[in-house]
Amino acid sequence: MAAPEFAVPELKEFRAIPALQPGVMAHSKPNVANEKINEAIGFPGELVENWQEKAIDKMGDLLSKYRSLKVYLDSCVHCGACTDKCHYFLGTGDPKNMPVARQDLLRNVYRRYFTPAGKLFPKLVGATDLTREVLDDWYKYFYQCSECRRCSVFCPYGIDTAEITMAGRAIMDSVGLGQKYANEILGKVIRIGNNLGLPGPALEDTLQGLEEDVKEETGLDVRFPVDVKGAEVLLITPSADFFAEPHIDSLIGYAKVFHAAGISWTLSSKASEAGNFGLFNGSYEMMRKVALRIREAALELGSKRIVVGECGHAWRVAYSYWNTLTGVGAGGDDPFARQLQSQLDLRYKQPMHICEFTWDLIQRDALKFDKDANDHRIVTFHDSCNVARASRMGDTPGGQFEIPRNIIRAVANKYFEMPHGSTHEQTFCCGGGGGVLTDELTEIRVKGALPRMDALNHVVQANGVNFMATICAICKAQFTKVLPYYKFNRGMVGGVHQLVSTAIRLGDK
Amino acid sequence: MAIEVNGKTYETDEEGYLTDISEWNEDVAKLLAEQENVNMSEQHWEVINFLREYYNEFQIAPAVRVLTKAIGKKLGPEKGNSQYLYELFPYGPGKQACKIAGLPKPTGCI
Repeated sequence: MAAPEFAVPELKEFRAIPALQPGVMAHSKPNVANEKINEAIGFPGELVENWQEKAIDKMGDLLSKYRSLKVYLDSCVHCGACTDKCHYFLGTGDPKNMPVARQDLLRNVYRRYFTPAGKLFPKLVGATDLTREVLDDWYKYFYQCSECRRCSVFCPYGIDTAEITMAGRAIMDSVGLGQKYANEILGKVIRIGNNLGLPGPALEDTLQGLEEDVKEETGLDVRFPVDVKGAEVLLITPSADFFAEPHIDSLIGYAKVFHAAGISWTLSSKASEAGNFGLFNGSYEMMRKVALRIREAALELGSKRIVVGECGHAWRVAYSYWNTLTGVGAGGDDPFARQLQSQLDLRYKQPMHICEFTWDLIQRDALKFDKDANDHRIVTFHDSCNVARASRMGDTPGGQFEIPRNIIRAVANKYFEMPHGSTHEQTFCCGGGGGVLTDELTEIRVKGALPRMDALNHVVQANGVNFMATICAICKAQFTKVLPYYKFNRGMVGGVHQLVSTAIRLGDK
Repeated sequence: MAIEVNGKTYETDEEGYLTDISEWNEDVAKLLAEQENVNMSEQHWEVINFLREYYNEFQIAPAVRVLTKAIGKKLGPEKGNSQYLYELFPYGPGKQACKIAGLPKPTGCI
């Protein structure tokens, strides 16, 4: 596992669209899930014998369930608007990483088996048979897409390209060609309660250690409670917040906010994970299974509010799907969902993002800060794709952009924006989202981070920025890994609540 | 995949992690370290031994912060930070040290 050898692209102030290098990333593919991993979550153990037939059946099944998928496959006119919008294309020059070309890997097969023209005159309409070669291309290139949906912002038809990637992955899972990284994690979250496989006693031990650390730092008994019945808030946060750096500093920040506001809260050992990789795999069933753990925990603990920690795709799942998946928010219509609806305090947003939670307290003057405590940091903010393009915060359009920035400005004196076109709804993915945050994909992760690194470099050079705040566990882990490839310090990345943690006043201090 | 140490074969997964953690011994660790270009010193062994002790108790590798604290206690406070751990295990203290300690690879958004 010594670092893989590949050329790291150079940073530039003005980047031209790269020259095409066909096949330059054709060697990149994730490790395949073994029998044990696949079967644990209900997929065939290995590639089934009649995979071609099964794959076409699955495609038909998805098309019958999701009209959106059919619309996206039918409506692309190959205008090319998306071609230079993908960070993986910009970082590699591989033409199959142009979003339109990557989607066409699936679209061409769709045409062959599901459209009259493709069935009768395949060559005329670019329809292709589902061969082993095509399947291999799916496996390579649908894992060179982070489902970040930046290309969709520029698509005149509004094609959600991520949904096509998800469909491709769902089809591959259904025939036994699963990705080890995501499927192993899904097995762990369903079996143990979080993506790490962190059992309850280890969680308690870690949190106890944090209580000691914060006591040492502040002299105060800031609690990190687990499985407390009757606590007002159930906090659902990515398990990386318990385990990794810099993630854990944001967890400390959340705890300090709850402490300062005097609001009782708890974590759950059953639902100790906000992340939901079912989304990445395009599996509604898996997504529901993972989400239901949260409902069970909330019902058992009698929680009144559900707050979600700094995790990008989790917030998308929570904001957009929890209501019908679990009954957090209106929409769920089974006895348990109705029970949860009647239990939750509907004067508050359900679910609520931790940034909404903190910003609300700041606006009500319930938190005090020493902004100077962050003066050693010159801060910028990286919008995480799933928060930016697939959700919202607060009561006004664009709240998902403004609220995290408002918090940063409330707790730090020095803040600078990265260049236009790399932030807000046009934000560039960190390069590690959507289930590609695994070591064997380091090359594509490093190259895919290039546009973000260019933008960061701009504010580093112009403004001396030394801290890039973000609200996603994947972004934090990805940047910690790739920043050194571009000669930046890995400690430059951190969470918004890490900044809160530094500046917040507790007790008399 | 497999590695061979002192005439015995040990199975590893595609990323080089030991398949059966109970088979681990110091010679296996030395070979795994060599493959990672890590030159095992006394400090490295402190980390590896702590990882294994913690794993035996909790069936998971310790959080980075738990590890840094423990190392700080053993080797001195100036070494109780992740920067120092990166010096020992440049590919990342979590994953690289776990591999040498024979533990499964930590998964998730880390």
